[in-house]
Amino acid sequence: MFDFWIGPFYVGFFGVTTILFTVLGTALIFYAAAIGPTWNPWLISIEPPDLSYGLGLAPLAEGGFWQIITICAIGAFVSWALREAEICRKLGIGYHVPIAFGFAIFAYVSLVVIRPLLLGAWGHGFPYGIFSHLDWVSNTGYQYLHFHYNPVHMLAASLFFTTVLALALHGALVLSAVNPAEGEDVKSPEYEDTFFRDFIGYSVGTLGIHRLGLLLALNAGFWSAICIIISGPLWTRGWPEWWTWWLNLPIWS
Amino acid sequence: MMKSHHLIAIALAPLVLAGCELGSKEVTQTGHRGTAMAELDVVDASASADEIPAPPYELPPPSGPTAGEVYENVQVLSNISVEEFDYLMAAITEWVVPENVDDPERAGCNYCHNPANLASDEIYTKDVSRRMIQMTQTINADWTDHVQQTGVTCWTCHRGNAVPEHVWTNPSSDGRVAMGNLNGQNAPDPNVGYASLPTGVFAQYFTGDGGDEIAVASTGLYPTDANRLTTMETETTYGLMMHLSQAMGVNCTYCHNTQSFRAWELSTQARATAWFGIRMVRNINEAYITPLTGNFPANRLGPEGDPYKVNCTTCHQGQTRPMGGASMVADYPALSFDTVAAAPPVEDDAETMAGEEVASAE
Repeated sequence: MFDFWIGPFYVGFFGVTTILFTVLGTALIFYAAAIGPTWNPWLISIEPPDLSYGLGLAPLAEGGFWQIITICAIGAFVSWALREAEICRKLGIGYHVPIAFGFAIFAYVSLVVIRPLLLGAWGHGFPYGIFSHLDWVSNTGYQYLHFHYNPVHMLAASLFFTTVLALALHGALVLSAVNPAEGEDVKSPEYEDTFFRDFIGYSVGTLGIHRLGLLLALNAGFWSAICIIISGPLWTRGWPEWWTWWLNLPIWS
Repeated sequence: MMKSHHLIAIALAPLVLAGCELGSKEVTQTGHRGTAMAELDVVDASASADEIPAPPYELPPPSGPTAGEVYENVQVLSNISVEEFDYLMAAITEWVVPENVDDPERAGCNYCHNPANLASDEIYTKDVSRRMIQMTQTINADWTDHVQQTGVTCWTCHRGNAVPEHVWTNPSSDGRVAMGNLNGQNAPDPNVGYASLPTGVFAQYFTGDGGDEIAVASTGLYPTDANRLTTMETETTYGLMMHLSQAMGVNCTYCHNTQSFRAWELSTQARATAWFGIRMVRNINEAYITPLTGNFPANRLGPEGDPYKVNCTTCHQGQTRPMGGASMVADYPALSFDTVAAAPPVEDDAETMAGEEVASAE
């Protein structure tokens, strides 16, 4: 169905569903903003329902818009991933791109579906607004006194930094090979490998760096989703207190 | 290879889950929807309501001869009826020294009184009790912005102990050296939520005439003459706030919208109640406990020679309202007004400024 191109863009069934969810969701955002108190783009905020609505539906102006927009967002994101998968299938290549995008969708769904389900109220989702979602992040962090002590947050943050490090090294190395001294030929991947073998005794290789990059990036997204899912459903106190298991190890306690 | 993976997974599962709170949770919204201002707690089915000791017997009528007329050397409670005086003494004994304390000879009444001469002030605890009764009266009469109409009695702190369980003294200065001085931090301490924050915050904020300034947020980007505070001061402020959080078993969003910790218009009613509470604790330590330092024997003083003082945990003990909000003051009217001035209990019609809504929303 819809197996055609518009200009360079493949449409397909999931291209159509993407458009439908996107248009409906965006229109609802504008509608909700229109009945809200401000048109200041920084301050527009479409908020989830009060916790008292639990996992039920809320009136449109009291969180119902947020609920429908969330459905539209998930519909659009998943459609986009499936459109990617359809293109992969047509080309006969692997599904790495839609799978990778799936991790990003998982992170979003963790925040607005999985954690609210586990805590028993849609109101635990984050609000759709530029400043307001930052307030949500801040307050959610302070619910656990000091979120940087969350061990999985530590892991996720480390993976984000490592992803950046790997990408920077990779980009710099490729550019160094294709920018030799004046009058010299562009250097082959053997030069790149040799650089890292001389430098740190090992080169992960031309294919390997992409495997490593994907592994690091997906883990960064995955563990950041886990770090918020466990905050509340599996831990309610300050994250610093979680580490008392270390202090209480029988080795020194 | 696969087998060993499974074994590792099976071995790790309990280790990973041991760090989790698996029970069901209850959540209370404390701010506008979508702000993530909420209080999360594990539902504790085993926790029962705090047991409040019943009055020793029915409260006698406030008539008849006064304690001052019947007994010698009654300095604080002389204007109440002798029957109410005896009733209150019986209650205080149950609250503070219900059974043998450290010395069986001094159990019950004898903890403060010489049994051969009840009027004698020779035992230091008697004079301390006197001051503590006046302190309780002051709290109930003058600090309703914090204790509301719930009020406090000796039990609120003592809970059957001669020395309340949750008290503090200045930390020992032994072993402090110029090099390697940790500046009183980086030692995981339950008082500051096990964070690396400075732990000696009680002396800084809970003693002295005013205590140190708690607010550290600047009004502008750059230091001004009005505010030259540094990040070091913010750390002690956060240490104090961790204590408040631990004392009441709440997170930061119980009082604050962290968009701005200092903005009162973004804060909850509970923050105002806490603000008065901090001033009340200072007043208790400065006006009532510290002046008694000379009365206490060495075993009732800390390593730096200061007496055991109060903080938020002394009363709250992990609850937003001590003892789940149970009120005992109605049964002990003498604890609610200044009996030395002999003023009758005044009904406080003035609106209490803070926390009424929060208190009833529990």
